[in-house]
Amino acid sequence: MTQTTAGRPPSEPSQRKQRAQIKARTLRTDRWWLAPAITFAALSSFLVYGFWAIFDKSYFIEPYIAPFSSPCLATSCPEGARFLGLAPLGDWWTLPPGFLILGLPAGFRLTCYYYRKGYYRAFWLSPPACGVGEPHKKYTGETRLPLIIQNVHRYFFYGAILIAAVLTWDAVLALRDHEGNWGHVGLGTVILWINVVLIWAYTLSCHSCRHITAGRLNHFSKHPVRYKMWTFVSKLNSRHMLLAWLSMYSVMLADLYVRLVAKGIVNFPLA
Amino acid sequence: MGYKAKFRVWRGEGGEGALEDFVVEVNEGEVVLDVIHRLQATQAPDLAVRWNCKAGKCGSCSVEINGKPRLGCMTRMSTFTEYETITVTPMRTFPVIKDLVCDVSFNYQKAREIPSFTPPDNVKPGEYRMQQIDVERSQEFRKCIECFMCNNVCHVIRDHEENKPAFAGPRFLMRIAELDMHPYDVADRKDSAQEEHGLGYCNITKCCTEVCPEHIKITDNALIPMKERVVDRKYDPLVWLGSKIFKRPGSSNPSGSKAG
Repeated sequence: MTQTTAGRPPSEPSQRKQRAQIKARTLRTDRWWLAPAITFAALSSFLVYGFWAIFDKSYFIEPYIAPFSSPCLATSCPEGARFLGLAPLGDWWTLPPGFLILGLPAGFRLTCYYYRKGYYRAFWLSPPACGVGEPHKKYTGETRLPLIIQNVHRYFFYGAILIAAVLTWDAVLALRDHEGNWGHVGLGTVILWINVVLIWAYTLSCHSCRHITAGRLNHFSKHPVRYKMWTFVSKLNSRHMLLAWLSMYSVMLADLYVRLVAKGIVNFPLA
Repeated sequence: MGYKAKFRVWRGEGGEGALEDFVVEVNEGEVVLDVIHRLQATQAPDLAVRWNCKAGKCGSCSVEINGKPRLGCMTRMSTFTEYETITVTPMRTFPVIKDLVCDVSFNYQKAREIPSFTPPDNVKPGEYRMQQIDVERSQEFRKCIECFMCNNVCHVIRDHEENKPAFAGPRFLMRIAELDMHPYDVADRKDSAQEEHGLGYCNITKCCTEVCPEHIKITDNALIPMKERVVDRKYDPLVWLGSKIFKRPGSSNPSGSKAG
């Protein structure tokens, strides 16, 4: 039993090389919009939080320093907050410390191969989901400016390693109490350590890291150590998306927690 | 237990056509291709559909089912509810010959544009010695059954027909990566991947990986590593400087095989 929903005009020989003329943007019937909508909301919330945090001045309370404001490199920082006790920038730097260094982790995530997928889909709708037409009339991708700059990702990876090292040092210092005695473990210490583990896992799972370890080689057998590193990074890399989200929220929550303690909003023994 | 399913199938020639509604019997254990064949046998004897192995290994029956690129022979009817209308259309990116059959010659053209495996001159057939770990990355890409659903779903050409001359599509960028990673291939493929085959158009939104029936990690294991190799060649001043200082060859060394 057939029922024709629209007339089928006879084809002309000149039209024989056309794709199927289907006007609908997509014929998908599932909730394809859900994933980009969640990505949009999650990344937006991170941006909003980051914008607030970068101006917030409650970023330090012994022995914790908020990740978004570390390292603190100016004399305007409280003495205990200064990285390795140094203030190489002196007193001319008066802006919040986050302005100085957030470009590195921000650039790392902005050019990250996973986040690119996320925001190209959620923010630029290019495409919003697989098999769903994008709204743009023209597309050149990453062939020209500005998106060709995404190729700088590996340099942000080098910067991200520095930041991860700084956060590791902050987590080590969180093992002291407010008087500087070692052996303290508060909730903040645990949160900072969970965060730093996730930050390292995300950083090392990076596609550029995978390439640098041994991905660029064609003879793994000639470089057994690099091959082992590549195998390890490849295992992490298969969870790059998960680690991207977990580390993004862990750094946000760790930052928020320290600020809440610094503001006195969170105030209990072993906070 | 069988039931009557509602199907909408695109029918037409040379691009012109429309969706036609059918009500067709479905039995337990069947796949979409079985139902299309029942339509042919009972209601639409001139319905054109390309198929061959019915085992997900020949890549012939690529269509779009409810808007998603799928193999008709690997899409079980049990994944749909009995009340759902199932829409089957030809692949959108390629011209239609008739009904569900597309002209996929774009892909063969792109395949011809890629220089084939190029071994070094000083190694004769029979003298190749490779360890498993040196070739297993490329072996993943050899699983490709050339269903061309990755090229079909890629928005670079799906939504922008004008990009077809400049973009080889994920299937053939993966082929370039496969050859570039091969320990005995000496052809220079990095510049051509970017300049001639359009690797830069890829914005790694991973739809190719999502639709691959062989579950090849096209984006993570082929396209991104290839992008990184292109960065080595074209955009990383440190690698360029290193290659000058240490005289590290960009693509080949005296023994004929590639760096590393």
